[in-house]
Amino acid sequence: MIRPLLSLGLLACAAMVLALGLGSVTVPLPDLWQVVQGEGSALNRTLLMDLRLPRTLAAFATGGLLAVAGALMQVLLRNPLADPYVLGLSGGAAVGALLAMLAGMGTLLISGSAFAGALLATLLVFGLAHGTGSWTPSRLLLTGVVVAAGWGAVITLMLAITPSYKLPGMLYWLMGDVSYARTPWPAMVVLVFSIVLIMPLARNLNVLARGPMQAAALGVAVRPLEWTIYLLASLLTATAVTTAGSIGFVGLIVPHMLRLVLGNDQRIILPASALAGGTLLVLADTLARTAIAPEQLPVGVITALLGVPTFLYLLHRSR
Amino acid sequence: MSTLHSRDLVINIPGRSDGFPLNLNIESGQTWGVLGPNGAGKTTLLHTLAGLLPARSGQVVLNDASLKELKRRDIARKMGLVFQERQDSFPATVMETALIGRHPWLSPWESEQGEDQALAEQALAALEVDHLSDRMLNTLSGGERQRVAIATLMTQNPDVWLLDEPTNHLDLHHQVKVMNLLRDQAQSGKAVFMCLHDLNLAARWCSHVLLLYANGDACWGRADSMLEPSALEQLYNQKLVTVVADGASLFVPVRFGSKLQNG
Repeated sequence: MIRPLLSLGLLACAAMVLALGLGSVTVPLPDLWQVVQGEGSALNRTLLMDLRLPRTLAAFATGGLLAVAGALMQVLLRNPLADPYVLGLSGGAAVGALLAMLAGMGTLLISGSAFAGALLATLLVFGLAHGTGSWTPSRLLLTGVVVAAGWGAVITLMLAITPSYKLPGMLYWLMGDVSYARTPWPAMVVLVFSIVLIMPLARNLNVLARGPMQAAALGVAVRPLEWTIYLLASLLTATAVTTAGSIGFVGLIVPHMLRLVLGNDQRIILPASALAGGTLLVLADTLARTAIAPEQLPVGVITALLGVPTFLYLLHRSR
Repeated sequence: MSTLHSRDLVINIPGRSDGFPLNLNIESGQTWGVLGPNGAGKTTLLHTLAGLLPARSGQVVLNDASLKELKRRDIARKMGLVFQERQDSFPATVMETALIGRHPWLSPWESEQGEDQALAEQALAALEVDHLSDRMLNTLSGGERQRVAIATLMTQNPDVWLLDEPTNHLDLHHQVKVMNLLRDQAQSGKAVFMCLHDLNLAARWCSHVLLLYANGDACWGRADSMLEPSALEQLYNQKLVTVVADGASLFVPVRFGSKLQNG
């Protein structure tokens, strides 16, 4: 049970070293080591500690948040296709952020507005789909997809009426871009906090994956558990979107790939999602920085290019 | 050992009048069979007794405490349920499935230990599915899955066993196997309460019977006094002939003119 997590942890470290070393200026391993020890040239120190390290940590935290949010929503909806992006939560956050940008607000207010948008989108989707009983998984997914389409229309409308000099920043935000992250720490703290909170509940989630009635018969207080997951997944999504814009499909691909290899024990899948999601986004961001350097690609483009075929393959296989 | 009582219990079947309130005493050592036509509320009754559905009126009492006052976890240590329909949205192995029966017995930070594993292995062996323990659930036949579900309840090891059509999908050998297992469990101190489609399984294995009529009427008692052909014909709106075979009275539906005149 510990071994897969250990391997993923090592993989995450390797990805971070790679991300720190690669870029406009390649920093070889010995120089990296010098900086870690507090030595090395001033240029290297600034480059690594002030630029690359915060960005790498932000990418890691964002990827981890999205993957864990996806894994949680998949159990909540008992549907392996659920994901914050597919359910329209990222769309709501994007509308919030664009509104703030359009009004010419500062970075902090843009973040706050994106956070509010994500929470509003969650409330909207879960509230509309709730109906009288508990959440029917198919109804929730359908509601999410339709609401996501609605956000898409609102975003297009806003882009159409935006003065052209403001467009580049908005587009980058919509596609997801880690360079927007001012500091990695809020995302890191939320990630660690949520993993610590969710681990004692992980076996409950295993039972919930068998359906709410079966879970109740096995001693799970289903309704409080569902609310906890729902609130936590919203918080994770909102934090991720606030940190780096709307990055799609990490929450979809990562938990699914892990389930194929490790089975569906949430006690492993949840921490593994945090590690693998983080690793994936660190690598994707490194690729985004270096692929057509000195130009930078938005990292959301890279995850979407990976995610769309994966999603279609999943749909195709699931009858 | 636990006992399950229902006090003036009226189950909530939409669009049906209240019917006859149930005052059942389901005790250790007893094997109950619930018989009734489709839609009479057998499954609803089972879910209400398990505390998963609200009753229209009355209450369910587990060892002198109303279910409403108990925590789900405490209920699950005393009472378990095999559902008629099961969801498996995510792939899982047979062993993982049996092990979720240990859930109510483990604290949040605990994981399954050797003894939990041993209990699950025993249960899978008792249901003759131990050779499948590493197989994925969705690759099994309906009968094999049914046996895994019963093995999960056995791993949970509660005092009160509720089962919804436990012989569904089972071949004749495994029907007998499961019914014998349930009776043995009752004789070793469990209380067993199950819905059955097959009248003759109830006649041969159950110590007590509850007849649930489509209009909400109900009567219950010891099996030998309850299984009267006239009452059963009324219950199913079906003419029956009684034959004696293998040392027991068996009820066989007649093929022609099967509908009762006054039914």
